[in-house]
Amino acid sequence: MGYPNSIKQIQPDVVNNFCITFSTINGSGSATANVTLLRALFKMGIPVSGKNIFPSNIQGLPTWYTLRISKHGFLGRLEKDDIVVAMNPATFYKEQEFVLPGGAFYYADDIKLPVTRTDIAVYPMPVKKIVQEANVPPKLRDYAANMVYVGVLAQMLGIELDKIYLALDFHFKGKSSAIDLNFSIIKLAAQWAAAHLEKRDPYYVEPMSITKDHIMTDGNTAAALGSIYGGVQFVAWYPITPASSLAEALHEYAPLLRQDPVETGKETYAIVQAEDEIAAIGMAIGAGWGGLRAMTSTSGPGLSLMTEYLGLAYFAETPVVVWDIQRMGPSTGLPTRTAQGDLTEAYFLSHGDTQYVILLPGSVKECFEFGWKAFDFAERLQTPVIVLSDLDLGMNQWMSEPFEYPNQPMDRGKVLWEDDLEKLSHKDLHWGRYLDLDGDGIPYRTLPGNTYPGSAYFTRGTGHDEFGSYSEEAEVWERVMKRLSKKFETARSILPKPVMDIQENSKFGIISCGSADFAIHEARYELEQAGIVTDYMRIRSIPFSNEVRDFIRDHERIYVVELNRDGQLKQLLTLETPEFATHLRQISRADGLPLSARWIKEQILVEEGR
Amino acid sequence: MISAINVIQEQGTNAIGLSRNDYRGAPSSLCQGCGHNAIANQIISACYELNIPPEQIVKFSGIGCSSKSPAYFLGRSFGFNGLHGRMPSLALGALFANKHLRGLGVSGDGDTASIGMGQFKHLLRRNLPFLYIVENNGVYGLTKGQFAPTAEQGLTLKKQGVNPYEPIDICLEALASNATFVARSFAGDPRQVKELIKAGLMHRGIAVIDIISPCVTFHNREGTLHSYTGGKETESPLHEISFVPRREEIVLENFSEGQIREVRLHDGSVIVLKKLSRDYDPTNRSQALCMLADEFNSGRLVTGLIYIDPDRPSMFDAYNLPETPLNRLSEDRLRPPRQSIEKVNALMF
Ligand SMILES: Cc1ncc(C[n+]2csc(CCOP(=O)(O)OP(=O)(O)O)c2C)c(N)n1
Ligand code: SF4
Ligand SMILES: [Mg+2]
Repeated sequence: MGYPNSIKQIQPDVVNNFCITFSTINGSGSATANVTLLRALFKMGIPVSGKNIFPSNIQGLPTWYTLRISKHGFLGRLEKDDIVVAMNPATFYKEQEFVLPGGAFYYADDIKLPVTRTDIAVYPMPVKKIVQEANVPPKLRDYAANMVYVGVLAQMLGIELDKIYLALDFHFKGKSSAIDLNFSIIKLAAQWAAAHLEKRDPYYVEPMSITKDHIMTDGNTAAALGSIYGGVQFVAWYPITPASSLAEALHEYAPLLRQDPVETGKETYAIVQAEDEIAAIGMAIGAGWGGLRAMTSTSGPGLSLMTEYLGLAYFAETPVVVWDIQRMGPSTGLPTRTAQGDLTEAYFLSHGDTQYVILLPGSVKECFEFGWKAFDFAERLQTPVIVLSDLDLGMNQWMSEPFEYPNQPMDRGKVLWEDDLEKLSHKDLHWGRYLDLDGDGIPYRTLPGNTYPGSAYFTRGTGHDEFGSYSEEAEVWERVMKRLSKKFETARSILPKPVMDIQENSKFGIISCGSADFAIHEARYELEQAGIVTDYMRIRSIPFSNEVRDFIRDHERIYVVELNRDGQLKQLLTLETPEFATHLRQISRADGLPLSARWIKEQILVEEGR
Repeated sequence: MISAINVIQEQGTNAIGLSRNDYRGAPSSLCQGCGHNAIANQIISACYELNIPPEQIVKFSGIGCSSKSPAYFLGRSFGFNGLHGRMPSLALGALFANKHLRGLGVSGDGDTASIGMGQFKHLLRRNLPFLYIVENNGVYGLTKGQFAPTAEQGLTLKKQGVNPYEPIDICLEALASNATFVARSFAGDPRQVKELIKAGLMHRGIAVIDIISPCVTFHNREGTLHSYTGGKETESPLHEISFVPRREEIVLENFSEGQIREVRLHDGSVIVLKKLSRDYDPTNRSQALCMLADEFNSGRLVTGLIYIDPDRPSMFDAYNLPETPLNRLSEDRLRPPRQSIEKVNALMF
């Protein structure tokens, strides 16, 4: 073949520990091919993660997918390309540059551009020819072309074809015509590769058994399912990337799981696509006020629009759950790139003195868990709960331990129905909507439809006393506002505690939240290899629990690692523990990509003077 | 059959044993003579005469003088005074808690047709069972006298001078957005206001009543469209309206056949329309649109039931909800059973 192929394999085999990047064109059907490979590897028992780096566009712009295969189980982003599959002429030169020396470069041979690298293994693939041979109907040819690299890679890396079949079967929901068509191309491509390509790179996969009991899904699906197990009754939403798939998963799974067991044939929930995010949150707050487990899902721009309403819910003490799947802001920003940039927004939302409960899931499994728990917290505390996920966690497929059925009954909080009010009256206790009967800052509420005399009250965002009556009195106002902050003190002890890993002989601490966890996990491992032992705390909720303060107090040096420009988590921690502010150091960046272990490690080493 | 009227006369209570007081709210803090107070009184009367337990009504409002008024009627009903222009979404979500309750909202012309136009129109197309009253005074009362979007072009107000813009006609907007009940009235015509409220409360879907409700403090200059005198002089009712609840006999005196129209609502109650100068059919949407467009700049205030589609399915009909109110469902009806989790995990590849 007339291509530069001078190199021969010189390195030892690299098994189950490398990274492949696919460079394709948005809308060309590559997503199916990529996720098929991801799932096939997963079914081989090998830890694997896939990240879609896609443009804000439906068709035509370059898009990338990285597949990381890691026998150690590291799922974070890797900043190197052992193997590149180039299907897009527009990025052909750039792609070559990214391949590591000794790496492999596969490309569609209809790209008539020169390969300039001589230190990598180069494999042209006769994509058009194979697709033609496979008798693919002309209108499906472009779409099916990506299946060629699935077959070629299967052959060259050792991916089992029966696992690929399982992946296709899953993807096409058992639709045999689609499965067979794609599988026939894959087989042809694999046969072609066996006959024509000589292996000159070190990369192989071998079956393992690590992922056997695992599931594979995305954070948005997990959040939707968690919400369904949390008994969500009302959903209002407005489409926005990267949050839409959460509501769409609710649409998909609620009908399967939420048929009324008593009034058969009925459904115990309602989903409304609202006209915008202001309406979506208004509907959800109305429903929460009415006593329903209510939620909305959105991303940064939507959360900005919800601000005024969330302030009302804070002050009127209405439970509601808001999932913010963070994307890169400010403004429209990078709508298809990930970030952890809405922390301070969620914390400071709305005018006046307000506070919010914020949950920070760090894995797909936790998205499920916080899906149901968020309702318990919202109803227990009678306040909005904002769950901050992100695009990386929400939209990419992750291997995960299976979802666990909720281990606690629902906590519907302090709600008084007719019987409860009757009992109270016997105890000579007076109910007032904003009366703190228990000393925990949380009042009791009644719900529309309650027919007990005196159960109804008028909710307002204006000044009100303990009985819900309008008041502009200074004392009343201050009293209500103080009681509200007491409620948030109560919240500290109820919300999920941080996950901590305390080591002997540790040199310093690391704090993070959310999906930054994956890269930190790996960075800590690498630091440890370099002889640097660290303590770690992943924060899972705000207001911060006491453990957070203790950790900061007990460590003179703490790196707060996060995916934004300004070090937002560090800012909030500084506010929380001003006396220990000098303990905190910011390690943050926002370039649209998930954090990598290498970058985190390097930053820390520089700071440590290494 | 006992008619509601007899009960009132004999005992001072209605058919469910409640007195008028049971339908009142806190004392009004609005200006004396404000049209909004007159409307609140008619809401009280309508509910009393309809024998609706106040607990069955849930009140909503936005922000404005008008939006304050739900505190001044139906004190035994739950209520939520929300955000400026955002009442529709709040009401929609809340009413899903119990589809058997009736929603009643009060908004202003600014609250509805300015900041809240989007939510207003989207509520209409969903046909939520909800009585939406707009207390239309052509001015922003609570912020002290700025132009509302319903103010007529050329109107002069003390604060702002001359209004350079065309007004918005709330009924026309409602009709354009496929509302299934559109009416206009005048706070100075209490009987018509009351009968329309009754009909609106019993309507299957959304009912919009745009009521000219003079602001005596900032915009009541003689002869202007939104003033008491202006309303009195220019009101031109389409018909004389009476609402006859289900199971009540329709007793009409001195009417010969052909002089009345009846519109039967989904629950069997009837709106009786006595013809006046013209024969107006409120079930004809295109006629209603033409009529509104013609009257828009005529200087006349056409009142009455402008349009009704009594049978269009409501928003709740589009959902497959149980009869038990959603907010009374127990945990075992909300959380899928334990064994389902394995199936779910199996679906996750
Ligand atoms: C977001 C927001 N913007 C502005 C205001 C100030 N504001 C309060 S009431 C009002 C206008 C009310 O006018 P209308 O709805 O016509 O009611 P009216 O007082 O005339 O009955 C305005 C602009 C507010 N409360 N909220
Ligand atoms: S200012 Fe006008 S609208 Fe407001 S209460 Fe007074 S009269 Fe009514
Ligand atoms: Mg007004």
